[in-house]
Order: sequence, then C-alpha cells, then structure tokens
Amino acid sequence: MSAAMDTESTYSGYSHYSGHSKKAHRQGRDRHKSPRSKDGSRSEKSVTIQTPPAEPLLGNDASRAEEAQDDNWGETTTAITGTSEHSISQEDIARISKDLEDSVGLDCKRYLGLTVAAVLGLLVFLTPIAFILLPQILWRDDLEPCGTVCEGLFISVAFKLLILLIGTWALFFRQPKADVPRVFVFRALLLVLIFLFVFSYWLFYGVRILDSKDTNYQGIVQYAVSLVDALLFIHYLAIVLLELRQLQPMFTVKVVRSTDGESRYYSLGHLSIQRAALVVLENYYRDFTVYNPALLTASKSRAAKHMAGLKVYNVDGPGNNASGQSRAMIAAAARRRDSSHNELYYEEADHERRVRKRRARLVVAVEEAFTHIKRLQAEEQQKAPGEMMDPREAAQAIFPSMARALQKYLRTTRQQQYHSMESILQHLSFCITNNMTPKAFLERYLNPGPTLQYDRDRWFSKQWTLVSEEAVTSGLQDGIVFVLKCLDFSLVVNVKKIPFIKLSEEFIDPKSHKFVLRLQSETSV
Amino acid sequence: YFTSFPFQQRIEIHKLRQGDNLILGFSIGGGIDQDPTQNPFSEDKTDKGIYVTRVTEGGPAEVAGLQIGDKIMQVNGWDMTMVTHDQARKRLTKRNEEVVRLLVTRQSLQKAVQQSMMS
Repeated sequence: MSAAMDTESTYSGYSHYSGHSKKAHRQGRDRHKSPRSKDGSRSEKSVTIQTPPAEPLLGNDASRAEEAQDDNWGETTTAITGTSEHSISQEDIARISKDLEDSVGLDCKRYLGLTVAAVLGLLVFLTPIAFILLPQILWRDDLEPCGTVCEGLFISVAFKLLILLIGTWALFFRQPKADVPRVFVFRALLLVLIFLFVFSYWLFYGVRILDSKDTNYQGIVQYAVSLVDALLFIHYLAIVLLELRQLQPMFTVKVVRSTDGESRYYSLGHLSIQRAALVVLENYYRDFTVYNPALLTASKSRAAKHMAGLKVYNVDGPGNNASGQSRAMIAAAARRRDSSHNELYYEEADHERRVRKRRARLVVAVEEAFTHIKRLQAEEQQKAPGEMMDPREAAQAIFPSMARALQKYLRTTRQQQYHSMESILQHLSFCITNNMTPKAFLERYLNPGPTLQYDRDRWFSKQWTLVSEEAVTSGLQDGIVFVLKCLDFSLVVNVKKIPFIKLSEEFIDPKSHKFVLRLQSETSV
Repeated sequence: YFTSFPFQQRIEIHKLRQGDNLILGFSIGGGIDQDPTQNPFSEDKTDKGIYVTRVTEGGPAEVAGLQIGDKIMQVNGWDMTMVTHDQARKRLTKRNEEVVRLLVTRQSLQKAVQQSMMS
C-alpha cells in the first residue's frame, strides 16, 4: 500500500504532487526507510525523534530538509518548505544507529589477533631458555661438565635474546591504528612460519634430547644458540617483508572526492589494497579540505531545477516506452532555452565579490583589535598589577570588536558551523600567547583547512567502507579502482603504475663548447 | 624599363662627391660571412646575397631608382652573389670609379612580370 506510493525526497521548493505522477521521472536516491521514520510521521510534516546522542544540528540549516514519509500525501498541501528544528533527516538516523552499534560492539577480531601474536611471541622467547635449563633441572648429575665454551655460549645467547627483544619491541609493539576487514597476509604468514619453526625445534628436542637424556650439554647449548640465530634471521625476514618492501614507490594513486571533485596524487609501493586504503585515508585527513555539505546546496538546487522543469504524464495507460520517454525529455530539455548558465555566472561573480568585501572588513577589524594588546615585559609586570590580564582575558577583551565581522565572513563562506565561539576564543588566546600577527590568527578562518583541524563532531567521516572488485588482500596492480565510502561521500581511488623509465647517457666533452659570431652588419656606401 | 632578363633591372648611379669621399647614398647588408636568417628583405632565408637595406633620401641611389630591399646581383660586371660583406663594400666604393652600374632584382618586379606573363 504505502510502498507503492513511495515518494522520494527532493530539495526543490516547488514540487506539485499529483495523484498520477510516475516514479520513473523522479530519480531520487534510494533510501532504506527505517521503520522509525514511519512511526513518527503520521500527521504533520515535521518529525520529532528523541535520540539521546543526537548530533548537534543547527536549526537554520534548511538544506537538510527532508520530506517525511506521509501516507496522506495526496491530500496535504503542495508546497514544501524547510522543516522545523526538531526534524532529523534520514542520513542522521543512519549515522546515529551506526555510531551506537560501534561503541557497543566488541573488536573481537582485532584483539584475537593481538593475543595470538603475543602468546606466540612469549613462547618463542622462552624456548631457548627452556632448552638450556631443562637438562639442568632434569638430569643435572649426568651432564658432562662443559666449562668456558658453554659459558661463552650462555653470554651469546643472552645478548642475542636481548637484541631480539629490543628489535621486536621497536618494530612490532605498536598501537594498532586501524581496524581492517581482512587479516594481513604477510603477518599471518610470518606467524605461521615462526610457529612451525619453533614447533619443529621442540619436536626434535623432545625426541632426541629429552627422551634419550643426552649428556652432551655443549651440544644442547649449541642447539639453543642455533635456534636464537634462526629467530634473528626470521626477524630480518619480517623487517624486509613488512617494512622495507613497500617503501619503494611503484604506483601513483589518484584520489578523487565524489562530492566536489577535489583530487590528490600519492605514491605507494607494493601494498595490499586494504593497506593502500589505510594510507589514502591517513593522508585524506591531512590533505583534503574538510567536507562541507553546505557548499553543495547550490549545485543541488540547480539539479532540482533541471529535473523539475519538465514533467511527462502518461495518459495512454500502461505499456509505455520508458526509455523513449526519457530520451524525449532530454531532447526537449536541450531544446528549451535555458538561461541557467547565465544565472550561475552572475551568482558566482556576485558571491566572489561579497566574500572579498567581507574578507577585507574582517582583516581590518582584526588588525585593529590586535593593536589594543601589548605584551608586558617582566619588569613592567610589577609596576601595574591591577591591569594585568592573562591570555584568556585578553582574548575576551578584544573579541567583541571583531566578532561581528568574523561571524559575517564565516556565514558568507558557509563555515559557521565549524567554529563555535568557544573555539574562536581559544584560538585567539593561543595566538596572543604565541605572539602571532593578525594574519596568522586569521589563517584558520580565511580558507577551509584539512579535516584534522576541526572538531571530531564535524568530521562527517569516521566510519569507512572499502568497496573493491578485487580481494582486499591482493596487491595493487595497474588499473585497479576501489572506492572508500563513508555515509556522506566517497573517495574514488585509481591506481596507475609508475612507468618504466629508460634512461640513457650522453657524454659531452667540456672542451666541445665552441661558439661563433653571427652578424648582420649594415654598411653605408 | 625593358631589359633582356625579365626579373632584373639595371641601375646606373653617379657617385656624389662629398669632401674627400664618393658616396652612393644607400646601405648594404648581407654577404657570405653574415647570418642570412636576420635579413628582413630576402624571401629565402638562406640567401646570402647583398641587399639594399637603406636608401638615403635625395641621394644618388634614390635618384637612379634604387629601392630598399633590392638584391644586388652585379656591380660593374663583378658578381655580388657570393662575396663577403667587406668585398661587396670594396667593390662599390672604388675610388677611381665615378659611375657604378648595378644589376638588381626586386621581389615586386618579379611579381609584376609573373602577373603580366600569366595574363
């Protein structure tokens, strides 16, 4: 029943719902309607959902308007305006539910891997010591005495174990910085190798030495030393496989953000797809400007205008040719005299001018505000104790003179939700403490910075999904494309191999640089 | 002016005495020791011939009909197409000659004759 009348949401201000409009011409996004939205949407346009960890949403963000799932849409009014402050869009619901799931769920896989590796490491470390101590404990009296040679071997075992310990600590004892979908192939291989290796040594030891109670203690100690040597070589193998192999750049990777086309290039070595995705994401937080949904409203409204311009009504009944109709629509739209490019041009020029004007006012206001503050030297500090202020108070004192200009500028560039008054005051006192100029203070506000610069709540991008046609543990190849999706946007990653460079040499004798004068003289006769 | 060679013109210049010198009233450029690519008057930029680069107003050369951009082929019977710049200057400024007879070729002349031949 209501599934058949499933209306998609549009951002247009002029939508006329008639009873016969077909779904084919309303291309919206497919949303999974969660049951929650249906419950609260019986009567009015606004949906009130009380969820405790709701994200702070500024009320005047009219671009997030979402039409509620309404069963009586045939009878309600046709004009749709921005929703009230209590409405939360579908995206927010999905995001909230995902956040709740994450914080409660256990990272079983990650901890399992860590514990296995830790147990194996401990076992491996204690094995040589056990090899040396067990004969002493079990059949001490039968052992041949072995003097300086054994003591020398003991010292070498001790130091090699110490080096192994330090090396393992330096290389492998690191906080896991990411949660990846699949096991790392090389790490798993190395763990299996170590396990098999130590297992075979124990097997040999158990059968040949423990069972037969071998009395040649020097041989036993040398056996333990050979184990430690082999462990050091496995450690070397681990360094080469896990760390060194991917250092040499083999691929150039292009990362494009789907919403605004911002792109970057990175160089990577031989990595698996999931590790490459990790590298890309780490660099994303540093290099890409923060995702600002408010900047996309202009293009979305234009798109809505294009869609809303032509409507095709099917009056002949079912059995219509859908593709023929859409082609007819596109042709009609192309023929229509459309002046939207004109609008875009003037709108952009206007916006540019407005931004520049506000920016000029802001710079002047901040420069003037900064002139009121002077740093007190140590001797002066005793003279006038009453007027002294700490940086926070100084910031609060000069903030009002620039607050209005700053707020207007942030509004014009649509950055106002990224900077709260508290954060601005903090930044101002930070700048005052560090003797920064007004321009240094403004650097944070004039241009949108990378995502790391802002508060975590405003990131819009914490949970990532790797979408790939190849297995994520397979290595990078030329031409692979994978997508890193988060709720609001996605990063499309395109891998290209660095070309094989043929370099040849040419020797130039320094004496071969000779020149001749070429004149064009004119003589009068 | 009718000549046996259709592209060329004979010009007779009477030198003017100025103090101790006999002047002709024009300047030359070019020569086999010069850079032909810098010659603004030649059609073929590998042409190393001698060209007239300036003609002084009212001088004997202008009176005789020499024009700027003319290529000098012969001077008093001496060939000027394969000479150095200095040799050309010397052949023009011989102190015992009062009249020089030049054989020049001119692009506008070439085109005029070609057009008249085609029509």
